[in-house]
Amino acid sequence: MRSLLSMFLIAVPVTLILCLVGLSQGMLADSARRARGIGADVIVRPPQTSVLTLSGAPIPEKVVDLIRRQPHVALAIGMIVHPVSSVSFVSGIDLAGFDRMSGGFKYLQGGPFRGPDDIIVDEYYAQQHKLHAGDEVTDVLNHRWRVSGVAEGGKLARLAVPIATLQDLTGNKGKVSQIFVKVDKAADIAAVVAELKAPENLPEYNIYTMEEFTSLLTVENVQGGALSTFIHVMVGIGVVIGFAVVLLSMYMAVLQRTREIGILKALGASRWYILKIILAEAVIMGIGGTIVGIGLSFAARALIQMLYPASLTQAITPEWWPIAGGISLAGVLLGALYPGLSAAAQDPIEALAYE
Amino acid sequence: MSEALIEIRGLRKVYRVGKVDVMALRGVDLDVPPGDFLAIVGPSGSGKSTLFHIIGGLTPASGGTVRIAGQDISSLTDAGRTELRKKKVGFVFQKFNLLPNLTAADNIAIARHIAGRGQAPEPEFDELLKLLGISERMDHKPAALSGGEQQRVAIARAIVNHPAILLADEPTGNLDSENSAAVLEVMRDLNRRLGQTILMITHNPEAAAFAHRTVRMRDGRIVA
Repeated sequence: MRSLLSMFLIAVPVTLILCLVGLSQGMLADSARRARGIGADVIVRPPQTSVLTLSGAPIPEKVVDLIRRQPHVALAIGMIVHPVSSVSFVSGIDLAGFDRMSGGFKYLQGGPFRGPDDIIVDEYYAQQHKLHAGDEVTDVLNHRWRVSGVAEGGKLARLAVPIATLQDLTGNKGKVSQIFVKVDKAADIAAVVAELKAPENLPEYNIYTMEEFTSLLTVENVQGGALSTFIHVMVGIGVVIGFAVVLLSMYMAVLQRTREIGILKALGASRWYILKIILAEAVIMGIGGTIVGIGLSFAARALIQMLYPASLTQAITPEWWPIAGGISLAGVLLGALYPGLSAAAQDPIEALAYE
Repeated sequence: MSEALIEIRGLRKVYRVGKVDVMALRGVDLDVPPGDFLAIVGPSGSGKSTLFHIIGGLTPASGGTVRIAGQDISSLTDAGRTELRKKKVGFVFQKFNLLPNLTAADNIAIARHIAGRGQAPEPEFDELLKLLGISERMDHKPAALSGGEQQRVAIARAIVNHPAILLADEPTGNLDSENSAAVLEVMRDLNRRLGQTILMITHNPEAAAFAHRTVRMRDGRIVA
């Protein structure tokens, strides 16, 4: 019972690590997937923005016209993006241009905008907020929207509204947050990027190929590496929790088994033999805890998908299983060392007399 | 009498209890020839358990010498005493001291494993288990065995590695008279058939009568 409880407690930091990494990677991968779903070849973002942050809508719409005039540019659309919560954004789009670039939304219910106050939500947002075509939404920018359609996920943002409406609501008339560019053919992408970066065009802007942009959506790039540091801190906490759990558990085990340790010593068991038994038990608990932790990370993902399908996306990260397992084993071995050494050093006569 | 298997000279043991030194053994001299069955009797506090612990390598002596098969064990390190327990002595305790989560067979196997002899005893060990009357009980855990059966498993475990000496500390102390007699008969049989040297601590004169000879201890000395 003690060992099972310890195994479960060891599983907690394993689950914590896997969920944290899974959420970080999952949300970034989801952003990349939705960015690729737009169908653009090049993205133009304002000066002094990172790949993961946008601040307002500082790009004048005339920049969109400038890009459209460049050689090999088939299509350029400006888009305004505005946060509606810590993890959700609403995008203001020119639906006709967006449809031409992306191939259009695939509607599961309803259809395109029919008025300026219409909103298209993706299937995950609709699931999380229990929305259907025709429903009214009032918690996005304190505006009264009508759900014109529920679209399949994977394109753009989870919420899309007419660009002009969002520009009005956010005080950004005539401005956009970023520009997506479709090039005539793939071979021309590099030339278009180079042309746009030319001194006479947009030298201050951040211009990426879509492939480059999505590849930059990594944990290491979030907040200048802050997420990566945060994950490392959480991993450290995982080690400490694993260490503490096993230390207490094995210390209890050594106390409970004092007499048995005395018996083994009377039979001629060396200090190393006793230590090996304690460490082996800890390793078994560590491996068991890791397996339970991996199982719990699947359960956590299922729970997150059920409760917050639009806000949170947790990836399953098998490449982190051996890392989490290694961290867990390091914690349990460290935690078992002191009880193991104290067991190994026990006086056999005192241990045999222990009641 | 042949050359002594156990040769003890001027053995002393001092325990520190708090700030007080307690003299447990005050100069014990004893010779035990191979194949002897010796009973050590005496009141509580007479030093017989301390003598037993030193001969068994469970604790070091404070002075004097103890030679077992020619090896002076009084100067052994902790690791040396561990080797002694592994290879030269087998213990039988009053409280049986079987590992509760292991079957009888596994309790014996672990003694083999600790001694680095592989887990399975030699085929002739089966005969010994029959002699002990426990060959049909080997798959049972201690809780499913009677006290007498547990003690016979403990005896089997103690001799599975062919120790030079079997040390039995009140082996019948927790048994009824019927089981006591059975265990003592088994020990006498082992001594007669296999020539197993046995040192047995006991309070019980009837148990001591099973031995070849008896030494009496009082106040840390052998008095008779």
